[in-house]
Amino acid sequence: MLAHGHDHDDHAPVEEDAKVHSYYWLLGIAVKELLIEKGIVTPDEIRRAIEFRDSITPATGAAIVARAWTDSAFKQRLLTDGSEAIGEFGLNMGGTHLVVVENTPDVHNMIVCTLCSCYPRNVLGLPPAWYKNREYRARAVREPRRVLAEFGLEVPEEVEVRVHDSTADMRYLVLPMRPAGTEKLDASELAEIVTRDCMIGVAVPKAP
Amino acid sequence: MGGDFSPGTRVRVREDFPLGHIRTPVYMRGKEGVVTRRLGRFPNPETLAIGRDGLPRKVLYEVRFRQADLWPDYAGGPADTVDADIYEHWLEQI
Repeated sequence: MLAHGHDHDDHAPVEEDAKVHSYYWLLGIAVKELLIEKGIVTPDEIRRAIEFRDSITPATGAAIVARAWTDSAFKQRLLTDGSEAIGEFGLNMGGTHLVVVENTPDVHNMIVCTLCSCYPRNVLGLPPAWYKNREYRARAVREPRRVLAEFGLEVPEEVEVRVHDSTADMRYLVLPMRPAGTEKLDASELAEIVTRDCMIGVAVPKAP
Repeated sequence: MGGDFSPGTRVRVREDFPLGHIRTPVYMRGKEGVVTRRLGRFPNPETLAIGRDGLPRKVLYEVRFRQADLWPDYAGGPADTVDADIYEHWLEQI
């Protein structure tokens, strides 16, 4: 204890212990090494794919929402065909399709994938850990209002809570309502109030 | 089964529990909903999952369920709904 002058108990281990890595983690490494050995992919291609994945963050989705709030023709294109419209941002959905669902005074949308963890990764990046856990996945379709309340969002009873269970090739993105008091903000200022959770539908944007 | 459902059609999800990679959640099986849109034709995930080609493609529908129809003791708002994307071979016209 304190052999080199400070205590290590006040934070989580910096690196996971290799001995506890799971079967599937090891399987992934083995397949990756085989693909490289056989010349099917190169380590550089894998690194670039990871860099591309990491380059997509909720800020990407926030810029799309802010544009929809400030450009009604774009908003229409986005709601009509999300996959096509995000091409204007240089993005594409790969093998999936983007469906953008609009919050209105009558409908509040919320996204879940009860079967696994389908998520609009090409516009929001990687999903948060809670999105993938069983508790959120089970409760979002069973008692969505209680889940929303735990996120700090009380939806009035007369508003329909519409939960989208992503069961197939569609990926859902919530277009939140632009809050009052943001009339003077430009698109880049608006994007700053659009958080990841607003686009999953467990929160709503607030005027700064 | 597998009819051409236009938006507004009332449908029931097949109450069936086959083994395999099924993208129709169990909590919807046997429940009634309304088709809200036709999403296109997609390879069948049930056969794709076992290394086949997923053909013939299946029509995918967005189906809206009233929460009260999914969960008899649902305690949220009366208008609350769940939308899910269901392949044609899981839907029956009522």
